[in-house]
Amino acid sequence: MNDRSENGLSRRRMLGFSGASLLVGAAAGAGLDRVASAETGDKSTESGAIAFHGANQAGIATPVQDRLHFATFDVTTNDRAKLVKMLKDWTAAAAAMTQGHAVGEGAVPAVAVAPPDDTGEALGLPASRLTLTIGFGPSFFEKDGKDRFGIKDKRPAALVDLPHFPGDSLDPDRSGGDIAVQACADDPQVAVHAIRNLARIGFGVVAVRWSQLGFGKTSSTTPDAQTPRNLMGFKDGTENIAGTESALLNKHVWAGKGEGADWMAGGSYMVARRIRMHIETWDRTSLREQEDIFGRDKGEGAPKGLKRERDKPVLANMKPDAHVRLAHPDSNKGTRILRRGYSFTDGTDGLGRLEAGLFFIAYQRDPRTGFIPIQTNLSTDALNEYIQHVGSGVYACPPGVREGGYWGDTLFA
Amino acid sequence: MRPAHVLAFAGVTALSLSALAGCGGDDKADASNAVKVTASDDKCEVAKKDLTAGKTTFKVTNKGGKPNEFEILKSDGKILSERENIGPGTTVDFVVNLPAGAYKALCSAGQTGKGPTQDLTVSGTGAATGADPRLTQAAADYKTYVTQKVDDTLAKTREFVAAVKAGDVAKAKELYAPSRVGWETIEPVAEKFGDIDPKVDAREADLKPDEKATWGGWHYLEKSLWKDGKAKGNDKIADRLLADLETLKSRLPGLTLDPVNDMAGGAKELLDEVATGKVTGEEEAFSHTDLVDFKANVDGAEKVYTLLKPVVQEKDAALAKELDDNFAAVQTLLKKHENGDTYVSYDKVGKADRKELADAVNALGEPLSKLGGVVAK
Repeated sequence: MNDRSENGLSRRRMLGFSGASLLVGAAAGAGLDRVASAETGDKSTESGAIAFHGANQAGIATPVQDRLHFATFDVTTNDRAKLVKMLKDWTAAAAAMTQGHAVGEGAVPAVAVAPPDDTGEALGLPASRLTLTIGFGPSFFEKDGKDRFGIKDKRPAALVDLPHFPGDSLDPDRSGGDIAVQACADDPQVAVHAIRNLARIGFGVVAVRWSQLGFGKTSSTTPDAQTPRNLMGFKDGTENIAGTESALLNKHVWAGKGEGADWMAGGSYMVARRIRMHIETWDRTSLREQEDIFGRDKGEGAPKGLKRERDKPVLANMKPDAHVRLAHPDSNKGTRILRRGYSFTDGTDGLGRLEAGLFFIAYQRDPRTGFIPIQTNLSTDALNEYIQHVGSGVYACPPGVREGGYWGDTLFA
Repeated sequence: MRPAHVLAFAGVTALSLSALAGCGGDDKADASNAVKVTASDDKCEVAKKDLTAGKTTFKVTNKGGKPNEFEILKSDGKILSERENIGPGTTVDFVVNLPAGAYKALCSAGQTGKGPTQDLTVSGTGAATGADPRLTQAAADYKTYVTQKVDDTLAKTREFVAAVKAGDVAKAKELYAPSRVGWETIEPVAEKFGDIDPKVDAREADLKPDEKATWGGWHYLEKSLWKDGKAKGNDKIADRLLADLETLKSRLPGLTLDPVNDMAGGAKELLDEVATGKVTGEEEAFSHTDLVDFKANVDGAEKVYTLLKPVVQEKDAALAKELDDNFAAVQTLLKKHENGDTYVSYDKVGKADRKELADAVNALGEPLSKLGGVVAK
């Protein structure tokens, strides 16, 4: 950002271009990125850096990266100016990190007596298609009846508090948060580095509320790619919106002007759900029953009675409580959401079971016509016997940052 | 006390005692007269080997293939100052405050601490030039404060020890936490004498197997009083605690404290102590008097900041404002947990309150970690 001189070397420069892994990564990334940039403006450089600035935030329509570090923060100050300054500092750091640069003066500055601005664990690593996507929760606008930052009346109607869904067992320590940041990258260390540095910059203004690591993507926003499997061994969410489908993105994902909150035009609403899977009992379930529950075959991922994953499902073939049948747009008045979830395993739960599941993330134009009706429809889902929603959050993700702007500038303008 | 700190401080004691001179590393002053150093995987070429005492900038270029480390060694082989992680093909400016004397410059390709050296001769008396008289004053004032705090801890420990030896459990429990307050305000300074801290402030959980037989100090007595409910039979341990603190006091006159490492660095250490030991309730596992230590640590750090504040305000007013606000925020939060003239037992402080304390400590610790860099500017 500012003068980095010889001490603020970009991570890419330090790596040099001799690293074989970099070349492989670049080649693999380029194929995906070309597809994306044609339609969405998600431009990616040779080293796997995804453009930070643009009309929409990166990390939504962007081809899904391999890893996730998701964190939510509570704002600890009532001082609007401090909050805005921190958002500006975050934006500068995010713009640098997503391009493979270190934060501030770098991890090994010339002055050795002070702690370095950057924590350093991403030195030598490529940008790894890092995206950082910010969202504001309901409590950002009003907390305990207080309008802390004078933005209460800017809370979008679409940013509703999610209702209680049957089966929910939400842990308040893994739910909510004034601000959410989704860090996605192909290298977990790059994603963790990003969240860690944002948390550090935020001390005194925000405090981490909860965070979640995701180790494997479970969704694809790339039309030709196979859908990755979740921890139940199934492909789920084949009918995802692709990052290339502008018309669908405009219809179902991006919020528009004249929808009650003009500052959100070009933004999107994120729903995050920590879904615990009872994988031990699932693994004792017969293959036939597993396939009936999903409505797909396990090997190929084809809808019930069909051959290939992307064959158009015939819902009538499936049992009435099959997951795909209930979640399908045809059972939800055509409603679609963009899914971007990740598998997680946070060790074990003390009862000899893996603390594992799906960290579900979905983007939509309006949760009232997106996640909420779909999740309501899933109340009779046969899968519910094997899953439990244990964490939850809903966030208004503002539009992309223009050059010179900052995260949330349309809200605080 | 935390074991890692003992090690860290033992390592730099020699350096810190040598005061303002050689505290190394750090501003960009006078880069025009920089001494060029070319490091490679097997060479260490220094363009000028006869130097004048004072701040010297070394412009180190790594022409080798491995990350290099540049060190200035004193005649006894100890490191005066070093600059690590000089990447292949990069150049860094490295500033060292050199007192007169003989030194070796060392370039260590691969950063093993070994490598080719060059002899350097430094003459003249420039080492202390440029020292800000306000900092010199701050260091002198800080030494007075340290002395007062050691006196305070000594006087109160004397009363505590008397109660232990009288077998008065209730009174000993009452006097335990106050006896530690002085110590906790200046602990990083005390830790500079590597041998005293482990003797008086070691926690049972941190002992190595061979240290268990000789374990003593405050936390031994804490366990005995709270867990076993007894004071008697601890005369030797109690006397030794007092004797060790007397030793600490006897060493203070010879102590020189510098504003960067000892004051700013010490203030940061105090907040680290709070963040890792007090907020978690690990420090006072039996007495749960963690908030008393917490308050003492914060007061000790705030004293350092107050002494350095005129300089900080001039060099980085925004940092001064941030520190003012965050010290005030932590002190306000601590007030919430006051109980008469002491604090509530930490085991009665709930999860949400602990999180609130931890957030406030993080909010203060982050800007406080910048204090040294600003003072050294």
